[in-house]
Amino acid sequence: MEALDPLLTRLRAALPEAQVAIELNPAVPAQSSLVVDRDQAVTVARWLRDDPQLRLDYCSNVTGVDWLETTSTEKVRVRRVVDGAEQEVEESVERRQPGYLEVVYHLYSMALGHGPLVLRQRTRNRVDDTRVASLTPVWRSAEFQEREVFDLFGVRFAGHPDLRRILMWEEFEDYPMRKDYVEPDDYEHEPTPHDAVLVKARRH
Amino acid sequence: MDEGLRNELSKQGVFTTTLQELYNWGRRSSVWPLNFGLACCAIEMIAASMARFDIARFGAEVFRPSPRQADLMIVAGTVTKKMAPLVVRLFNQMPEPKYVIAMGACAISGGPFKQGYNVLKGIDRYVPVDIHIPGCPPRPEALLHALLKLQEKIAAQPLTGEHRPRHLSPDVPGEFPVPAYGPYDLQPAKNDDVWRPALVVRTDAG
Amino acid sequence: MSEAGRPPLPPEDLMGALSTGDLVPEPLASDVPLPPPQPEARYEARPKGRWAEDGEGELLEVSVGPHHPSTHGVFRMDVVLEGERVVRLKPVCGYLHRNHEKIGEGTSYLGSIPYTDRLDYFCSLTNNWAYVLTVEKLAGLQVPERAEYIRVLTAELTRVLNHLCLVGFLVHDMGAMGTPLMYAFREREKLLDLFEALTGSRMMCNYFRFGGCRCDLPPGWLEGVQRFVDEFPRFLDEYERLLNENEILLVRSQGIGVLTPELAINAGVTGPMLRASGVNYDVRKVDRYGVYGRFAFRVPLGEHGDTFDRYMIRLLEMRESHRILGQALRELPAGPILDPKAKLRGFRPRAGEAYGRIEAPKGELGFYLISDGKPNPYRYRVRPPSFVNLTILEDLCLGHTLADAVVILGSVDIVMGEVDR
Repeated sequence: MEALDPLLTRLRAALPEAQVAIELNPAVPAQSSLVVDRDQAVTVARWLRDDPQLRLDYCSNVTGVDWLETTSTEKVRVRRVVDGAEQEVEESVERRQPGYLEVVYHLYSMALGHGPLVLRQRTRNRVDDTRVASLTPVWRSAEFQEREVFDLFGVRFAGHPDLRRILMWEEFEDYPMRKDYVEPDDYEHEPTPHDAVLVKARRH
Repeated sequence: MDEGLRNELSKQGVFTTTLQELYNWGRRSSVWPLNFGLACCAIEMIAASMARFDIARFGAEVFRPSPRQADLMIVAGTVTKKMAPLVVRLFNQMPEPKYVIAMGACAISGGPFKQGYNVLKGIDRYVPVDIHIPGCPPRPEALLHALLKLQEKIAAQPLTGEHRPRHLSPDVPGEFPVPAYGPYDLQPAKNDDVWRPALVVRTDAG
Repeated sequence: MSEAGRPPLPPEDLMGALSTGDLVPEPLASDVPLPPPQPEARYEARPKGRWAEDGEGELLEVSVGPHHPSTHGVFRMDVVLEGERVVRLKPVCGYLHRNHEKIGEGTSYLGSIPYTDRLDYFCSLTNNWAYVLTVEKLAGLQVPERAEYIRVLTAELTRVLNHLCLVGFLVHDMGAMGTPLMYAFREREKLLDLFEALTGSRMMCNYFRFGGCRCDLPPGWLEGVQRFVDEFPRFLDEYERLLNENEILLVRSQGIGVLTPELAINAGVTGPMLRASGVNYDVRKVDRYGVYGRFAFRVPLGEHGDTFDRYMIRLLEMRESHRILGQALRELPAGPILDPKAKLRGFRPRAGEAYGRIEAPKGELGFYLISDGKPNPYRYRVRPPSFVNLTILEDLCLGHTLADAVVILGSVDIVMGEVDR
C-alpha cells in the first residue's frame, strides 16, 4: 500500500475541506494512522473505500480507546518513561487535552490485498460531547462493533441505524471499559489477597 | 433391617429392601440433566456424553432441553450477571426433586474471570449447589465423578425426619427469588437465604 | 408459544386438564370457598411469545434463547415470525460477556495468554497465536524456525478440530442427533490427547509464548501426529460418504441462507464463510504470517454462498489442513523454540500500538494492543471473527423458516466465548 504522506496529499486534493492529520506510532511496527475530524469522517471513509488505488473495502476492526485527562499520577509515569527510554512519548502531546474517547478503525482491501490503514475519530471530551460519526453506512461490519463501543465506552455514533447496548443489559447505566469505571463492590473473601484485592480486603 | 439377616436372605434368593432405598435407587439411577451449557465447560459436558466417556453408563445421558423434564442442572461455565437471572429462572422451572452441579471454577466462584464486572462470583449466591467440581475446565471424568457423588448423596437422603430433602418438606420453598437487572449490578447482589459470605476476622499483623 | 397472550393456567387446573378424558372435576363442597386463581404467582417468567402490535395478530415475536439447544451456547435471537417465516431477526448477545478486555488491561502481557485460551474454547492454540503474534509485532521479537513449525502444526490440528466439531453440530442442528457428532467427537478426542501430551491440558492449552513456544515437543508426539495424519483421510472419506449425498442435508442446506460476495465483504465476514461466497481471501495467503508462505496448499472457494457451500468449505479446508500437516511434519527443523531475547517476566514493550491478525478457524482473529510502556497494555482489544460474522445473520435468515434460521446460525459457526468475550 502507498505510504501515508502521498495518500494524505491525494486525499487533501480530492477532499479539500477534510481535516485529516497523521498520528505517528512510535512502536516497532510503526503503523501510523489517520486522524479524521468527525464531521468529514463519512466522506473520507467513502473516499478511502472507493478510491481505485486504495479500495479499502473491508473494515476489519472497530474499537474504542479511553484517553484520560491529565492527572498527577500520570505525570509520575511520564517521568519514569523518559528516564528509562530514549524517545519522546506520544502521550506527552495528548496530555494537554482534557481527555477524550477515540474510535479506531482498521481498514484492509480484499480486492487488492493490502492494508491495514488505521483511521481514528475523536470525541471532543469524555463527558457530554461524546459523538462521532458512524461509519456503518460505509462498512456494514462496523455495525455491531460500534454498538459494542457505545456499550462499553459510551461513544455516541451519529447515523448508526440501531444504537443500543449489545453486551450489557439495557438497564445498565455505566460504561465499564472506561478507565475510571468503578465496579460494584461485591468483594468475596480470598485466602491470599494481594495488590488491588488486598486493598479491597482491608476495606471489608 | 439387620445386615446379617439381609445377607442371609439374599443368599437364599430373597431380596429385601426398604422403601427409602428403593425410592432413592430409582431416583439416583436415572438423573436426567438439563441440556444447558454456558461456556467452555459445556464442551467437556458434551464430551462426557459422547462415546469415549459415555455418561450413559450412569443413567444420565438423557439431556433434556426443557427444564420441566430435568432433574439436574449442570451449571457448566461462567455465569455472567446478564445470565444469572435466567439460570435462576430455569432452576425454578425444574420440578422437585432437583439438584445442581456447579461445574468448573467459574460456576463455583467466578474462576479466572472473577474480577470481571459482569461475572457472577459463583452461582451458589442464588441457588443451592449440591456438588462443586473444580477445574478449568474439569475433565469429563471429573463430571462423571461428580455424578457418582451426587448419586451417593441421593442414596443417603432419608425420606422422613428432620434431614429429609427439600421436596419432601412442604414448608421449604423449592424456588428462589430471581434477581433483577439494576443500573449497576444485579438486585439483590446475592440471596441471603442461600449464601452468606464467610465470616473472616482479618488482622493487619498477618 | 401458541398460548401467547393467554395467562398460564394455575397448577390445579393444569392437573385437571391432564387427567384422563371427560371426567368432571370433583365437586367442591359448597361451603369451601374456591381458592383465588393465581395466574402468575408460581412462576414469574411470563411466556416469551407475544403478538407484535403492528401486524394485528399476523406476526408473532419469539425469543429463541439464551437457553436453547440449537443456539450454540447462550445466544439469543429475537425473531418476528409470520407463520413460520422469519420477517425480522435481531441477535442479542452478551450473556457470556466475561470482560476479557478489561481483565486483559489489568494483567501483564504474559498473564493474558491463558485468558485468550478461553475466547474461542475450541481453538485455544490459534487464539494464543493471534495474541503472541501481536505482541511480537509490538515488541519486534523474532520466532525461531522450529517454533514456527510447531505453531503451524498445532494451529492446523486446531483447525481440523474446530471444523470437525462445527460440521457435527451443524448436522446435529438439521436433526441428525448423535452419529455425526459422535464421530466428530471421537476424532476430537484423538486430537485432544495430542494437545494434552504437548501442553498438559485438553482444551486450555496456554502453549505459545512471545518469541516461541513454552516447551519442546515431548517424545513420541510427532509419531502421534503422524499417526493421526495417516488415519485422518480415511475418516474424512467415511464422513463425507455418510453425509454429502444425504438427501435431508442437501434439502436443508442448498439454497438456504445465500450470502452474496458484495455483502460479505462489506459486512466484514471472514473465514470459511467468506470463502464459501467465492471471495478469495485467506489471511494465511495474504499476510503469510509465520511460515505459511512455505507450504503448498489451496484455498477452497464456494460458488453459491449457501449453507451447503459453507458446510463443504469446512470439509475441503480439513483436507488442505491435512496437506499442510504432512508438509510441516516432513520439514520440521531442529533448533531452539524460544527467542533468547524474549523476556517473559518484566516484559514492557515500548509505547505504541500494534494490530495483528491470523486466520483462525472461524475467520480473521485480530488483537489490537496499545502499550504505554507499562507491564500491562493500556488497551487490549480482541477482534472476534464470529461476532462480526453475526452481523449478517438477519440478512441470511429473512424469508426462511425458523428451522432454517437454526441451520444458518449453525453454519455461521459462532462460539459465544468469542462473540461476547
